[in-house]
Amino acid sequence: MNKADGYLDMKILLMGNPNVGKSAIFSRLTGVNVIISNYAGTTIELKKGKMKLDDQLVEVIDVPGTYSLEPTSKAEEVAVNMLENGDLVINVVDATNLERNLYLTLQLLERDIPVIVVLNFWDEIRHLGIQIDAKKLETYLDVPVVPVVAVTGEGIKSLVSRLHEVKAHKNSYSEETRWGEIGKIIKDVQKITFKKHTFLEKLEDMSIKPLSGIPITMLILAFVFMTVRFIGENLIAYLFDPLFEIYLPAVSALSTMLGHSGFIHDILVGTLIEGKIDYIQSMGLLTTGLYVPLAMVLPYVFVFYLVLGILEDSGYLPRLATLVDTILHRLGMHGLAIIPTLLGFGCNVPGALSVRILETKKQRFIAATLMAIAVPCMAQTAMVLALLGPYGIKGLAIYFVTLFVVWLTLGFLLNKGLKGEIPETFMEIPPYRIPYFGSLAKKLWMRMRSFLTEAIPFVLLGVLIVNILYVFGIIEWISEAAAPVIVGILGLPKEAVAALIVGFLRKDIAVGMLLPLGLDMGQLIVASVVLTMYFPCVATFVVLFKELGARDLIKAIAIMIISTLLVGGALNVLL
Amino acid sequence: MEITLFSLVSGKKATIKRLDGGEEFRKKLASLNIRVGKTIRKITQQPFQGPVVIEIDNTEATIGMKMAKKILLEPLEVE
Repeated sequence: MNKADGYLDMKILLMGNPNVGKSAIFSRLTGVNVIISNYAGTTIELKKGKMKLDDQLVEVIDVPGTYSLEPTSKAEEVAVNMLENGDLVINVVDATNLERNLYLTLQLLERDIPVIVVLNFWDEIRHLGIQIDAKKLETYLDVPVVPVVAVTGEGIKSLVSRLHEVKAHKNSYSEETRWGEIGKIIKDVQKITFKKHTFLEKLEDMSIKPLSGIPITMLILAFVFMTVRFIGENLIAYLFDPLFEIYLPAVSALSTMLGHSGFIHDILVGTLIEGKIDYIQSMGLLTTGLYVPLAMVLPYVFVFYLVLGILEDSGYLPRLATLVDTILHRLGMHGLAIIPTLLGFGCNVPGALSVRILETKKQRFIAATLMAIAVPCMAQTAMVLALLGPYGIKGLAIYFVTLFVVWLTLGFLLNKGLKGEIPETFMEIPPYRIPYFGSLAKKLWMRMRSFLTEAIPFVLLGVLIVNILYVFGIIEWISEAAAPVIVGILGLPKEAVAALIVGFLRKDIAVGMLLPLGLDMGQLIVASVVLTMYFPCVATFVVLFKELGARDLIKAIAIMIISTLLVGGALNVLL
Repeated sequence: MEITLFSLVSGKKATIKRLDGGEEFRKKLASLNIRVGKTIRKITQQPFQGPVVIEIDNTEATIGMKMAKKILLEPLEVE
């Protein structure tokens, strides 16, 4: 250890079973915000941060959850390998499931590394009728045991102050004697008294039994869709549109200053529509480039992530995964694949990252490909709502039902066509918890910030490229070349090709580009479906490349293009 | 009388008697404390050969149908 420059060369590892609150404690210790949810496997990669210990900075590492130190999966292997490099382990234990969690604790105490045990969810055990004698547990384990409530921060100070008391043990147990020892400890330190079933517990059973669970799911999904649409629309009408009205005189003045036309004018303000600035059609950096991401997309993204956060933190998602497990098995995945799918509705990038929670290559490939093809991100959905909304529910219904049928059919075919096995589902279902406002707000803020910092530059770049391509006549040239496909197969005007080019950068701005083309409802549906399916946006493309590798990505893209042409062509004939 | 978790009636409790699988299977189940001697409650069974949901200690777990057929139980008569 080197104490020279106020930076201690020390690594503290946060280890424990999945979904015991390691990330919440990590965030408390380091001040680094990380996404926390109520299901196993939220943390898919190592997260590092620094904390102050005796006026010196030490490194804290949030290790993905593991049930044991005998790695049975890739994520567990990562966790076990981390042990080699750590100097101290904070073993986070779910106090409501002490017996099971102690298995990893005993294994850690066999390693030559100092350990401190944290009993999280200390506030919950009383409701469950559990009594734990933390002092006694400390005597048995012979390492400090600190009760905490990670989400509220209770007990964190005491954890930090006791980090000095850590001890390494190098015990030696076999699997058999480990469980024997745990049995002995549990008998002495834990008492369970009769408890009444709470409302949440009744709801737990109801929402996982198929007869009551499926209607509950339908209600929740309908509620999510309606809330997102209703609140989104109202935020736009009563907040964002008025704000852009206030901003209008400023850009109008700029437009006048620049003489209402010319290269610079067209890039900054865009082309005037009937002598006026049109926020959607003008295509200037300071008009469309700001209006689309801020006033058309952001309100929906905000509501969606708010609702998703509540679903994640409540513990509902693993129950949904159980209900859809049978269907998803037929599509070559298993229930947990619903999580990347739902995240994909927000943004395909975190969706593509989270396919890692699936065990086999085949599952990951199918889950990622289906998401990239048939799951529109919120930015895109927002624009489709704006585009098809005026035609009532019919247009939207055709759009979403088409994508759903594509998702089902393609999954079914890929499952039949690809080699590889689909392991059986085996997952933990967390208890329902009332979402904690602080972490919900933090998570929402993090997601909004990444939307703002990642989406807006791409939207602006997209707008800039459209302008440049138009000025140099490149779009016209490509339109001519692509006309047989665009006009012949899809029945769209050849100018729609510009939207397809921009769609690679940002799908929201691409959907917006369809507006000036004067398409009828059928064509709008075809164009929206095609824009969703044909290719992932560049941000998703990069993640898919990293997660799937070049070969599988090429395969996925071939599937996308072929199915886009088939589905787009069929819709063109039908509508 | 030994029956499988798959055939246990939903809502009933039972004690685990035997795990009909190899080392890896046993370890996988042990990660959620599903071991010989433990008492579980079957909450429900999803239709069309879907997974079984059980309660063990204070956790619930979803277990695939084929795995559920390899978990052998002694049903508890009285709740």
